[in-house]
Amino acid sequence: MSVRHEVRLWVAQRVTAMVLAVCVTVHLVTIIMAVRGGLTAAEILGRTRGSVAFAVFYGVFLLAAAIHVGVGLRNVASEWLGWRGLGAELAVTAFAVLLMVLGLRGVWAVYA
Amino acid sequence: MTGALRVRVWRGGEDGHFEAFDVPRHESQTVLDVVTYIQRTLDPTLAYRFACRVGMCGSCAMTVNGKPRWTCRTHVDRVAEGGEVEIAPLRNLPVVRDLVADMSEFFDKWARAKGQFAPTRTRADGFAVVKPDSRERREADAGIECIGCAVCYSACDVVTWNRDYLGPAALNRAWTLVNDSRDGAQAARLAAVSGDAGCHSCRTHMSCTEHCPKQISPTRSIAGLKRATLRLALSGKGDER
Repeated sequence: MSVRHEVRLWVAQRVTAMVLAVCVTVHLVTIIMAVRGGLTAAEILGRTRGSVAFAVFYGVFLLAAAIHVGVGLRNVASEWLGWRGLGAELAVTAFAVLLMVLGLRGVWAVYA
Repeated sequence: MTGALRVRVWRGGEDGHFEAFDVPRHESQTVLDVVTYIQRTLDPTLAYRFACRVGMCGSCAMTVNGKPRWTCRTHVDRVAEGGEVEIAPLRNLPVVRDLVADMSEFFDKWARAKGQFAPTRTRADGFAVVKPDSRERREADAGIECIGCAVCYSACDVVTWNRDYLGPAALNRAWTLVNDSRDGAQAARLAAVSGDAGCHSCRTHMSCTEHCPKQISPTRSIAGLKRATLRLALSGKGDER
């Protein structure tokens, strides 16, 4: 493996963790504030439909989570299953891409 | 000081068992004294390893009551629990017999982490001048007193989970050389510690730092390696294989 490959994954894991720390906090505060007046599908969609800020925020949240999960699963596969190398890299990449696609579909569904 | 100490000692190989001995207590008695007493007085077939007896050589490390320790500098008073001590070989290394662990993989990893000094000068050149208060010299000083006892390696959970992980001691050694301005193999060394079982595998649990008998912080050294490899990657020179 080149230096750059491991460094890139290590930096990706750290940077996405920083992004997630902010996003999770904002997400939790939003939930707590939102449910105070009851929680309905109409109310949620009213907040999210057509809101670019909402779509961008959750888009970033989602990308950070998918990357973080991918790198983390690679470590889990290596340490707990002893599964390393190209096969493991492809598998966790496929899972991260699946998370991204499913998540972006969700963001689009409540935005459009 | 009088009385007896109940000592449970590992016997046999990987699938061995503990055997109990009663050893007379003495003032300032070390765990190595206890093992030596057993071997010389109670059972001469007991295998263990030691050399200097004064905390310099790094040969006598064992697992004492579940924790890796240098036994020559570990007083029984500090570790006995209810008048009992359990002594086993170091964790994370194959057991040769009784208290002797096979250190081969531990030192092989020093070599894999390029822990050898690569000189850039010849005997025809003058002395290299390294300022004692330079940042590099102080970074190297912080890790240079390692005696290679493998206590950190035995304490490291990442080694348990990934047997290819280079481990705290080898990475600490690499870090001291990364800070050696006389060394000429920096790019190859940083590539060697950046494999998928290198410095980036460290989880920063700090068990190595907690247990190091020389109060070295391999965790700090590994963090330094992570920064150095990041600088190398950003400089565009990080593609050596």
